Amino acid sequence: MLIQEHSRPGRRATAQAPLATPDPAELPPARRRKQRAALPEVSELQAVRHYTRLSQQNFSIDTHFYPLGSCTMKYNPRACNSLASLPGFLARHPAAPESHSQGIMACLHELQAMLKSVTGMHAVSLAPAAGAQGELAGVMMIRAYHDARGDHARREMLVPDAAHGTNPASAIMAGFQVREVPTGRDGDVDIDALRAVVGPQTAGIMLTNPSTVGVFDRNIQAIAKTVHEAGGLLYYDGANLNAILGKVRPGDMGFDVIHMNLHKTFSTPHGGGGPGAGPVGVSKRLEPYLPIPLVEQDDDGYHWLDEDDRPESIGRLTAFGGNMGILLRAYIYARLLGAEGMRRVSEFATLNANYLQARLRAAGFQLAYPERRASHEFIVTLKKEAKDFGVNTMDVAKRLLDYGYHAPTTYFPLLVPECLLIEPTETEPKEALDGFVEAMIKIRAEAEHEPETVKQAPHHLPVRRLDDVRAARQLDVAWKPAASLADSQR
Amino acid sequence: MPFIPHTDADIATMLDTIGVDSIEALFDEIPAELRAQGLDGIPDGLSEMEVTQLLQARARADGEPTCFIGAGAYDHHIPAAVWQITTRGEFYSAYTPYQAEASQGTLQVLYEFQSMMTALTGLDVSNASLYDGASALAEAVLMAVRSNRKVKQPRVLMPRTVHPFYRRTVASIVQHQGIELVEVDYDRRSGQTRVADCEAVADQPFAALVLPQPNVFGVLEEVDALTDWAQARDALVIGVVNPVALALLSPPGDWGQAGADIACGEGQPLGMPLASGGPYLGFLCCKQAFIRQLPGRIAGRTQDLDGKIGYTLTLQAREQHIRRSKATSNICTNQGLLVTAATIHMAILGAEGLERVAAACHANTARLSQQLCEVAGVQPIFSGPVFHERALSLPAPTETVLAGLAEQDILGGFDLGREYPELGSALLVCATEKRTDAEIATYREALASALIIAKAA
Repeated sequence: MLIQEHSRPGRRATAQAPLATPDPAELPPARRRKQRAALPEVSELQAVRHYTRLSQQNFSIDTHFYPLGSCTMKYNPRACNSLASLPGFLARHPAAPESHSQGIMACLHELQAMLKSVTGMHAVSLAPAAGAQGELAGVMMIRAYHDARGDHARREMLVPDAAHGTNPASAIMAGFQVREVPTGRDGDVDIDALRAVVGPQTAGIMLTNPSTVGVFDRNIQAIAKTVHEAGGLLYYDGANLNAILGKVRPGDMGFDVIHMNLHKTFSTPHGGGGPGAGPVGVSKRLEPYLPIPLVEQDDDGYHWLDEDDRPESIGRLTAFGGNMGILLRAYIYARLLGAEGMRRVSEFATLNANYLQARLRAAGFQLAYPERRASHEFIVTLKKEAKDFGVNTMDVAKRLLDYGYHAPTTYFPLLVPECLLIEPTETEPKEALDGFVEAMIKIRAEAEHEPETVKQAPHHLPVRRLDDVRAARQLDVAWKPAASLADSQR
Repeated sequence: MPFIPHTDADIATMLDTIGVDSIEALFDEIPAELRAQGLDGIPDGLSEMEVTQLLQARARADGEPTCFIGAGAYDHHIPAAVWQITTRGEFYSAYTPYQAEASQGTLQVLYEFQSMMTALTGLDVSNASLYDGASALAEAVLMAVRSNRKVKQPRVLMPRTVHPFYRRTVASIVQHQGIELVEVDYDRRSGQTRVADCEAVADQPFAALVLPQPNVFGVLEEVDALTDWAQARDALVIGVVNPVALALLSPPGDWGQAGADIACGEGQPLGMPLASGGPYLGFLCCKQAFIRQLPGRIAGRTQDLDGKIGYTLTLQAREQHIRRSKATSNICTNQGLLVTAATIHMAILGAEGLERVAAACHANTARLSQQLCEVAGVQPIFSGPVFHERALSLPAPTETVLAGLAEQDILGGFDLGREYPELGSALLVCATEKRTDAEIATYREALASALIIAKAA
């Protein structure tokens, strides 16, 4: 039942609105609304009960193992939320003067410095609101760099076929053409194919390392050399930074620009699909183009740098300079971890992934890259099960939900058929991993002996399998009050 | 080891299962010469107690000033229930609802949010949010250029009465799409964009007109006439609106003869704390005809195998994870948690509650403006009707006056003159429903003394 369907005319949560105020007579009648908006009229208790119940229909990290590959669903420490929600931080207006902002600016400045250190980059901007916006900022800086040198022919961005969909989409938004580079059979970028496509048209390459197939690209130095020698720049998609935190730095691998997904590696909440934060780091030659605002420190304290201070900046990406509350959470997380804690993140994320990979392999599941070490994630392909039992990856994913495990990422990356991309993260205990293996074994047995159980899954969730085709064909994306529905059908 | 559960016995068993001697051995595919030597500049970890003490000191350092700044972010009351429910782990620590059956809570919230936004804007459909109001306007501009079938020229009229930060954000995001953003001037007396101002720059066809309501000066634009004018020239109309103001003001869907085509804006006034500028949420609504050009996630209502109602992400063929380089936008992550807060906020307040918030803001700002204008030399700049912000001219440099007020823990407003030099020393003030008569009286006295000091300087 929708909150709108709980509504009764005249019922309201009066305690939350100001006392009735005089009619705003100065507003010209022509500018006034003719009919009150159809928002729900419910009591506060009804709202609290309704949304509490809805929350209970979600899987979440706090309630379930959530090994969604490429998403880094690890524990979001509660301290990060409560400290970022201190009244002084919540009440600060974005246009507050620097005299009333030194506290948060100190946090942001230190976060910039820590992100520089952990990535090996020369400078960092915290401005991008999420990973995809960080990508856009990154490729726009690459374009600004080439344009500033008068090198206007560099209009092609190279993107491996295994890349996240945001990579080509961001490159297009920055006005590039996209050319795909194939992945070799061992999971590394096909270096010969790369050599064949670089040239004076190459603006750069967007790479994730470890890649989306869950392996560290061993040819990274050769890739960097190839692209740099052709005059292009290297863009690092930081989606998988959790795998290498404190172990190897993108700056040392030769990358010129990177974005980081703080909602992954720095454990800020995913929130049912955001907010994120996607800071970008750059080498020295790209520093002038960083998105604003930036935080700078001098003897008088902390200052904002904006358009006037950075005339070559690619500009402003949101009205007020980014998802500050998320940046604060990441800062708090980084301070809780410290350098040693950061190294342990990648160590135990990698340990958990390799352990889970080894156990699934021992249980007879087929790995996409069996001869490779897993990074923080790895791919199982169910093409044999699909062929033998007629049960596909989506069926297995849905059946996992019945066993109380959120499904891994399905059908991504696109180059591996019937794949599950599995990322356990460092905060899961061994028992959770063992339980997941047991569930996979049981589901395979079900697929063999009672395939309908798997094909019809899930059975124990608030709804059974949903009709996506109906959702797209008979579009219903907003509730309308009965009266207006009747109007529109007339 | 913060947040890592492994015992020594676990580690030993796991390494044994993998068949390696040490965790270090798991990194053996990374070339040795690339391995990080250290993490200079990253301090040692702190306990939660120590971090708490540090952060409390930092938060205290920023004080508790009284806020009379608006300019795109507004200090409204937020019912306690909003964030207590929103930060339940089931909402806070869930991800994008790709597995719909395990995400019905989030999906239904998105659907309810979309429904509420269509009710407020008077348009047919809404997406499930974008990053913020300014980036939502950038997406609206891109969407309008893609959607306009009659005018193929990628030219958009952008009034100077649109918030300057929004205009700059749009310029940044669309800079490589070959879109020409044409500035439209405003009437110095009323503070409004007039049809004549638009005519003056519309010698060539344009795909869309952006129309802020209220505009950056707090002034109400004559949206009906402007909408009709633009649509008569085959342009689409993009409303940039404040959702709280919409409780009182004519919704974009009702503007002019045919209604605005697209509406976007900043959702912060719907239950989001000021929080230094984010995370907020951008909303984007449009007429049904344009839904396939609408970027971002959309939740839809459908049925399960038993015919039971359920919710799922729909029309995903618009999005980057399916269409890659041919997607409507590169956006992936949106502002799901803030959507949850906004939805609960709107449910608790309802239309009448939001109306009362809007009316109280309007009345408080009128009172504030009246009192500040009793101070010698302070006067309103524009004659047009305002919603809950007003531009005032000051008899001393705004920057100096604001610094003087800040010393008295009053954030006096937004320095308009910096963005609009033609207005001279100009200040944009706002009093939301939270500002009391006593705070307004204190501001008046503080302004009087700050002006004396500023003029003496």
